[in-house]
Amino acid sequence: MIELEGLTKRFGSKVAVDHLSFQVRPGIVTGFLGPNGAGKSTTMRMMLDLDNPTSGTVRIDGKHYRDLQEPLKYIGALLDAKAMHGGRSAYNNLLCLAQSNRIPSSRVDEVLDMVGLSAVAKKKSKGFSLGMGQRLGIASALLGDPEILMFDEPVNGLDPEGIHWIRNLMKALASEGRTIFVSSHLMSEMALTADHLIVIGQGKLLADTSMADFIHENSRSYTRLRSPQYERLRDVLHQEGFTAVETAGGVLEIDGATTEELGELAARHQVVLHELSSQRASLEEAFMQMTAGSVEYHAHSERDPAAEPPAVGAGWGENWNKPGSNNTEGK
Amino acid sequence: MTSPATPQDRRQEPEAGLLSFYASPIPIRPATLGDAIASEWTKLRSVRATVWTLGVMVALMLTVGVCTALLLAANDTDLVGEPALVLGFFGVLLGSLCVITLGVLTIGSEYSTGMIRTTLTACPSRVRVLAAKAIVFFSLTFVITTVTATVVAVLQTLILSGAATPSGGEWALSTVGVGFYIAGLGLLSLGIGAIVRHSAGAITIMIGVVLLPLVLALFMFADDLRSVQRFLIEYSIPNQLSALYGTTMTNSGPSGWEPLLVMLGLVTVALGGAVALLNRRDV
Repeated sequence: MIELEGLTKRFGSKVAVDHLSFQVRPGIVTGFLGPNGAGKSTTMRMMLDLDNPTSGTVRIDGKHYRDLQEPLKYIGALLDAKAMHGGRSAYNNLLCLAQSNRIPSSRVDEVLDMVGLSAVAKKKSKGFSLGMGQRLGIASALLGDPEILMFDEPVNGLDPEGIHWIRNLMKALASEGRTIFVSSHLMSEMALTADHLIVIGQGKLLADTSMADFIHENSRSYTRLRSPQYERLRDVLHQEGFTAVETAGGVLEIDGATTEELGELAARHQVVLHELSSQRASLEEAFMQMTAGSVEYHAHSERDPAAEPPAVGAGWGENWNKPGSNNTEGK
Repeated sequence: MTSPATPQDRRQEPEAGLLSFYASPIPIRPATLGDAIASEWTKLRSVRATVWTLGVMVALMLTVGVCTALLLAANDTDLVGEPALVLGFFGVLLGSLCVITLGVLTIGSEYSTGMIRTTLTACPSRVRVLAAKAIVFFSLTFVITTVTATVVAVLQTLILSGAATPSGGEWALSTVGVGFYIAGLGLLSLGIGAIVRHSAGAITIMIGVVLLPLVLALFMFADDLRSVQRFLIEYSIPNQLSALYGTTMTNSGPSGWEPLLVMLGLVTVALGGAVALLNRRDV
């Protein structure tokens, strides 16, 4: 259980984190979402007492971080993978951490085995690839077998296999009753792992909601119709008072109607349908709309892609290379 | 995910749904400064910089010390009543640069690699981390410097058997005293490293601290500056170090064990400042 109360951080005149208050509950994966520069990492550093808050407090199981005697046994964190001495072997990097918290050295072998680095335990960590570095960082987080785990952008730069591994690891850890707090700037990633969502933008809390609620509230649902009798279908829909939006490839999208209604309608008018499906707009889109006003670093282009509704059904999903990043009707 | 126990074994009843209900099978025993020291010892012995800097220091002290003694013996130079111990000074002065480097790197490498964030996450007490580092680093350099200085002193006395016989006090000063002084200089470097958080910068500052007073004093010819010049010379680190060997550039200034007190003062200020800054600063 992590509790934040009015957490604020100013760097000069710039407010990085602005009166954040939320709780991270045990037994679930809580996603911490925000665009780049929203204050996610600063917030996580303050949770670990690396940065001092300008005001407000963070409590870990009711205690301030600095008062924890063996913090690794309460909370394990992966902030950035390269926060290790490259000249030291993976084993020794973990051993010195274990010793400072009175964790038996046998545990070092255990976590190295857990993350699959046993074979390179004696190798210097500076020769590690990004994925191996990330695994070493996760090993250090798991060292004290803590009840709270924090991961800052754990999938950044990982290959699909590594992403898959981390995703399953987080779910497994949460199912053991641990508190998992994971930050990301990819909604699609969160949709797959998180049970609860905390969204921030420019340091302010934008949403603190369950994943299911977020999906329910933020994804536009509509029905997709495709027919060889395109003109006829459009007329029929118009007569019956439905607003159909035409999109590329002869597809009609209808808001505010169920598939049952539309299917029966088509049958009554004997229109052949090639497709009748219920769709939901991507969560990525919902997330971008939510944070549109608070994105720190905009790319300035003639057409700002975030400002326009993407071509639904085609747009965002195809480039993510990850399953389930687009339509989440399966949820 | 392989864990020593099954999840069912480890799960406790949720208490009012508020507290975490994961309990680790690893027992919690309070960690102490001793644990932090063990951790810092692992860090120090597992990087190559330690072996290199201390190895170079030992090599410098041995070769410079023995070679000067051999040269003097070959030339039959009269040491004008001084014991042969004084010849150890040159090697130690050169070796001190290695200790400075290692002292700075002990904390500086944590900042340059980002390890400091991991270290302070594992041990949030800044005082404990710095104290553990200081204790481990001081002990190691003290032992190595003292042992090497003793070996060099014995060799020099044997080579120059004609020189004056040193007293017990002189022996102590030029071995244990030098060990304390050099290890103290290393601690000062560690403190400066923690304050500036940048290895190259801190090493430059420390080399300046060692050399600059003498260099500045060289250019102070004006009568008005005479007292400043004298102060700079007397309290320069090389002069205080040579005071431990019983020879100084001036006839006043710190002598005997006094240089150690001066160094102790400097170290206290530097480490105190480092702790205050570490407590206040963001990592």
